[in-house]
Amino acid sequence: MAPTGQRRSSYSRRAQYNLFTGYIIAGIGALIGVVLLVLSLFQPNLFDWARNGANDTIAPATETTATVRTESKSWWDSITGYYRAGSKNAALKREMEIARIRLEEAAAVKQENARLKKLLGLEDKQVEPVAVARLVGSSAASTRRFAYVGAGKDDGVEIGMPVRSPRGIVGRVLEVGNGSARVLLLTDSESVLPVRRAKDEVVAFAEGRGDSLIRIRLINLGINPLEPGDLFVTSGAGGYYRPGIAVAILTEKTDDGGLARIVSDPAATDFVAIEPIFEPDAVVALQTPVETELTE
Amino acid sequence: MERMNPRSRSDAYGSRINRSHSTFVANVLPWGSILIASILPVFMIASALPMIPPMGFLLLLGWRLVRPGLLPVWAGLPLGLFDDLFSGQPFGFGVLSWSLAMIAAEIVETRFPWRAFWQDWFTGGILIALYLVGGWLLSGATPTMSSLIALVPQLLFSILAFPVVARLVARLDRVRLTRWKRTA
Repeated sequence: MAPTGQRRSSYSRRAQYNLFTGYIIAGIGALIGVVLLVLSLFQPNLFDWARNGANDTIAPATETTATVRTESKSWWDSITGYYRAGSKNAALKREMEIARIRLEEAAAVKQENARLKKLLGLEDKQVEPVAVARLVGSSAASTRRFAYVGAGKDDGVEIGMPVRSPRGIVGRVLEVGNGSARVLLLTDSESVLPVRRAKDEVVAFAEGRGDSLIRIRLINLGINPLEPGDLFVTSGAGGYYRPGIAVAILTEKTDDGGLARIVSDPAATDFVAIEPIFEPDAVVALQTPVETELTE
Repeated sequence: MERMNPRSRSDAYGSRINRSHSTFVANVLPWGSILIASILPVFMIASALPMIPPMGFLLLLGWRLVRPGLLPVWAGLPLGLFDDLFSGQPFGFGVLSWSLAMIAAEIVETRFPWRAFWQDWFTGGILIALYLVGGWLLSGATPTMSSLIALVPQLLFSILAFPVVARLVARLDRVRLTRWKRTA
């Protein structure tokens, strides 16, 4: 393509100054970028207000597209359901029968649990979600894995609250705007979550890797007892998440734990519940430096 | 009498008689389209992998490389600031990288004034790769090998999307220069 004539600023002083000022502003722009970037790398919450305002503004639009997206997905699901419907139906029937038996057993265990807890004087409190909202958007083009939910400060959402879908943990609230909140997804490489194996007391950390997998790092090293297919649930340590919510399923064994897939893929999730922090006191205690004494 | 061809006095941008360009559309369309493209990835599905190309950045490169001289060198500052609001990267990354990309495109243009499309694609591809790898390094999280590998599909998508974006920009440019305004 032919070069534009704009570079040759001719003898006009005005044109020369305009061009020169353009380069200066571009250079200053890059410098401003460096300053802002350094500030936000060391103070990640410094510009929350700007981002939250922006996300509140576009929340109505994202809400609409989220609705359309989930509806078109369910429409597609119902079409693909016809593929090999017969054999699938038979398999589902078998699974259903077994599931029904297990459900009855679980009900019995639950009842026994309640009886034993009553015996010990423990109180079983029902957790009411703070808000139920749609997963309206995400940082789809960035290396970081964030999602946006359509509920914010006005609904009582606070920073640190766990976000879960009917299947399991989705993530944790990172920033709160008036009508929207930013969620740190489990797969983000900054996300760490204390978990335990569902069937016994093997405790580990579930760290996001940024590539849709989760790294399970065992706390007690030694012989690695994990097997592919193991389900990990939240352990309740740290005070943020309620214990016993599904997190990930192990797919591959490594030296210090394994690689796991999340149970609740945010891409397959429409509605999420934002729950209160499990033990707010524990969270405060963990954030207090050792030198300062806790009140109480 | 033989009828005259009704299109004989018009070109690709519409009739040349009685019509003129709209200064509003001509000035606002490039900036507006980049702003909208910055918001677009937010609407996408919350996937576990970064998959969607950075649409705002692609459109910026598209306008800069397909229509040189339209966006000033300093356009990276305001547009990058807006992109930072939605991108999910730490605040300031957009300002920095978009400014640098504009300066780099300027330098490349000084060095190679006459270019074919594939050279623009090459420039764009390199800038996209630098942008994504830079985003991986400065994402605020510890850069790990696995998240770098996870970047590869997005990188491929983005580089392959550049010609499409360039065509889109060419289309938008035709809209931009259509004679909308009726002159008396």
